[in-house]
Amino acid sequence: MSKILAAPRMARCIGCDSCMLACARMIYQSFSPPKSAIQVRSRGGVMGRMVANICTACAEPVPCAEVCPTEALTPRAGGRGMSYRKAECIGCHKCVEACPVQVIGWDSEQNKPVVCIFCGQCVRFCPHDCLELVEAEVG
Amino acid sequence: MLNTDFVRVLHLDLTTGETRVEDRRDLWRDYLGGTGVAFRLLSESVHDDRDPLDPSQPVVFANGPLTTIFPVVTKAAAAFRSPLTGEYGESHAGGHFASALRYAGYDALLLTGAAKRLTYLVIDGDKVELRSADAMRGMDTTETGRVIRDLVEGAGHRSILRIGPAGESRIRFANGNVDTFRHFGRLGLGASLGSKNLKAIAVIGQKPIDLPADSRAYKKLYAEIYDRVLHTDAMKKYHELGTPANILPLNEMGALPTFNVRQGYFGEAAEISGEAFAEGELITKRACAGCQIGCIHVALYRRPFAPGWEYESTMVAYDHELLYAVGSLLGIGNRPPILRLIEEIDRAGMDGISCGTALAWATEAMEKGAIGPQQFGGIDLRWGDAERYSRAVAAIVKGDTEVGQWLGQGEVAAARHFGALEYVAAAGGQGIAGYWTGYAHVLGHLLGARHSHLDNAGYAIDQKLDPYTDEAIVDHIIADEAERIVQTSMAICLFARGVYDLGTIGQALSSVGIEHSADDLRSMGQRIYWERVRLRERLGFQARLEDIPHRFFETPTPRGQLEPERMARMLEIYQARRASALS
Repeated sequence: MSKILAAPRMARCIGCDSCMLACARMIYQSFSPPKSAIQVRSRGGVMGRMVANICTACAEPVPCAEVCPTEALTPRAGGRGMSYRKAECIGCHKCVEACPVQVIGWDSEQNKPVVCIFCGQCVRFCPHDCLELVEAEVG
Repeated sequence: MLNTDFVRVLHLDLTTGETRVEDRRDLWRDYLGGTGVAFRLLSESVHDDRDPLDPSQPVVFANGPLTTIFPVVTKAAAAFRSPLTGEYGESHAGGHFASALRYAGYDALLLTGAAKRLTYLVIDGDKVELRSADAMRGMDTTETGRVIRDLVEGAGHRSILRIGPAGESRIRFANGNVDTFRHFGRLGLGASLGSKNLKAIAVIGQKPIDLPADSRAYKKLYAEIYDRVLHTDAMKKYHELGTPANILPLNEMGALPTFNVRQGYFGEAAEISGEAFAEGELITKRACAGCQIGCIHVALYRRPFAPGWEYESTMVAYDHELLYAVGSLLGIGNRPPILRLIEEIDRAGMDGISCGTALAWATEAMEKGAIGPQQFGGIDLRWGDAERYSRAVAAIVKGDTEVGQWLGQGEVAAARHFGALEYVAAAGGQGIAGYWTGYAHVLGHLLGARHSHLDNAGYAIDQKLDPYTDEAIVDHIIADEAERIVQTSMAICLFARGVYDLGTIGQALSSVGIEHSADDLRSMGQRIYWERVRLRERLGFQARLEDIPHRFFETPTPRGQLEPERMARMLEIYQARRASALS
């Protein structure tokens, strides 16, 4: 079974940006929060509620993988979401447009997508246990 | 800035709208960032012979080399000529301001001149734009933030610094509100921005900054510091009850300033304690960008507005200093009225501590007959009466009465005007923070560059120092401030000072390719300390016994009643240290 990312306890979020910084740092070799596959936002300013824009790990057909011309993105076997092989990516940007929840970011320097790889670094660096890697339920 | 060897300064002349970007190697080498860079840029551009509110006076903001890229490195330092004291002004704020500035591509922002009409500034990476804020005249800080959030494109990764009506009317202790819950609080930055017709600064930071090619040391150290921040006792206090955890222990030792510092004990302290707020009103906590602590304690302020179970509610952030300044200091022992005053003062855009100390002075001056309600639009101030204090806050902002106008200049100016200096509870021209612990607290306030308890933690020296000798007190005040200069030059939140000793700071810098040993950093802090004293003296600072009011020698502290003679000896010791450092 493959794990996917969930944000079940966002009511506890303090808006510290730690998850975004972790994703950028550990996966995308960047100091910059925009280079993170999780994007935390306040809705209605800081007095509003905190939300996490994350990959919802579509079951097949996986829209981003479907449009990928090089199989850089492929559906994960027996689960939800996709696998990403950066070396295969030609930077066509189609996955960004295809994402139904618009959570694939774009790294314009490298000309590559910023996608979730379900690694759990954001979970490790969340101080309030808002995030979790969960077993994907298929079907 | 990261991956370079310079500090990038964005200069903006608000009179002409012209901008210039300057890359300063000398600042990177000798001043690092934050306090060091802000102070240095101010010293190069401030006018010694002009009023603090003269449009030509500069206002500087700076983040630091470690901003956002390590846990709890969240602060921006502002430097300006203080409208409240007339001398050096420095103030620090959290929120997302430092972070947004970093990712917009700047380490410092230097503003000069004044816009012709009310304006707000948008910095979006290389795009710098001045826009009309005519429609925001008189708008409170909450609504100004809301409107600008709607007007400025770009979701997330941005920060909005704004002033309220108090800043527009140059109230001398007006603050700058950052992202609703944080502030450049003390010494009147809001009035300086008001004098520039600058209602707000929105910064959008989205630029990519790459990790160093070999990032192993950096990632490892980040994780270590993260674990120290969250899984040791180093910062426990700040994420549990927060600073209001201080209320009860201070009260127990007789060190909670009450009724305008006439006593150090408040009978109703239990009602306004951190514990009481946490149980009754606390609904959530919030954090600055890159801080996993989340010390911002947010209360629900809920009140009925009509019969029939009609309620309105707002969210109000509270901390120890506010619970003191509009609680014990004014004799208010109920939580909802305290939240009400915090909210009103905050929306008007005033510093909560200074507003509280001004109101406390006014209450006592009225009680003793030095001022009268007829000079204050009929407001007859009474200890503990929040309704009257609420009217007084509005009257200060409005400035249409004699007392209101003078209170807007700060209680020291008001006391001089009305001849009631004996009720002043300020050191170095600024009302004191919420501790009444002894000599070091008072002396630290006077000698500190921000005239703040956070400069040198005199309140902690009073509680811990043994033996408590004159020399040791003075030397600790100087040494603690010099070390804190290193932390605030990074610009680390001082709540994390237990995590970031100089060795750790050196390692953190080294992991991103900046080499400074702990010893280098220590000497840099000491050098900047005395350079800053020199600038402060240029702007009028003197360490004089006359600037410590009578009140402080009347009210007993846990260290006994303070004696002017002993304080004078400490000032002599300070003068000797000064003479040898500056010779």
